[in-house]
Amino acid sequence: MRFAVLQFGGSNCDQDAQHVIEDVCGVDCDLVWYKEGFNRSYDAIVIPGGFSYGDYLRAGAIATRTPVMQDVRRHAAAGGLVLGICNGAQIGAESGLIPGVFTINKYPKFICEWVHLKVENASSPFTSGYTEGDIIRIPIAHKEGRYVAGEGVPQRLLDEGRVAFRFCDAAGNCTPESNPNGSALNITGVLGEDQNVLLMMPHPERAAESVLGSEDGKKLFDSMIDYCEGR
Amino acid sequence: MTITVKITISLKDGMLDPEARAIQHALSDLGYTTASLSTARVFNVGIDTDSSEEAKRLAAEMCDRLLANPVIHSYEIEAVE
Repeated sequence: MRFAVLQFGGSNCDQDAQHVIEDVCGVDCDLVWYKEGFNRSYDAIVIPGGFSYGDYLRAGAIATRTPVMQDVRRHAAAGGLVLGICNGAQIGAESGLIPGVFTINKYPKFICEWVHLKVENASSPFTSGYTEGDIIRIPIAHKEGRYVAGEGVPQRLLDEGRVAFRFCDAAGNCTPESNPNGSALNITGVLGEDQNVLLMMPHPERAAESVLGSEDGKKLFDSMIDYCEGR
Repeated sequence: MTITVKITISLKDGMLDPEARAIQHALSDLGYTTASLSTARVFNVGIDTDSSEEAKRLAAEMCDRLLANPVIHSYEIEAVE
């Protein structure tokens, strides 16, 4: 089994993701520079956080149009796992891997803080290690993370089990107060149509070791590994 | 010949514009009462063609493929020569 972490100019969570996958979870993981592309097949591709192309135009807009993203789309269409974290989620949404976009926060400033997330779907390849309704602690760090989709789309995604995570309070209530960026229905982790793509603004790779304050994010990577082992 | 097109990208009606809201607050602090305020982004693109229709067609394609995100944006294109 082998994972890849895709690097663009301006990616800055690439090595964190690789560290967690390789050193914490024990799975081989290559850093792949976008210009070199994929020279072999991978079980999972992680698009990490950062500020690809300086967030010019819109966060993720330029990286989305690079040739390597066609390979990412092909990988997803063939059933391979794609995890987009933060800037990776913005890139994935711009690429059409999920409906909607992650755009400028309701209060337009950069937010870097720990948040609570409610696990809405615990049967996807990314969330099978959780139990539905689990409340987990994972940090966010973004200015353009407000999930917006067409009329009725957020509710439909929720009804179809395509929402992995929603912002909530410590008791698991998805309230306006526990919604740090104003996302539609507090949604901050959306699964692709076939559930083999997850795009999320929170950073599970920053919450995968107890020394960093939470191990809640590790289960996400472990879930991916379990899924790939079973394929 | 080169035809310059002016592309204006705006948020669709009803979309939250947090930047505009912050600017409106700041104007209010300076004593200005504004009934409304919205932001937009303008691109001036020179296109090598003799036809302003062709320039506008290409500009719309650029908007659809990169400059705008149809989920949140609308755009207007005018040829300014």
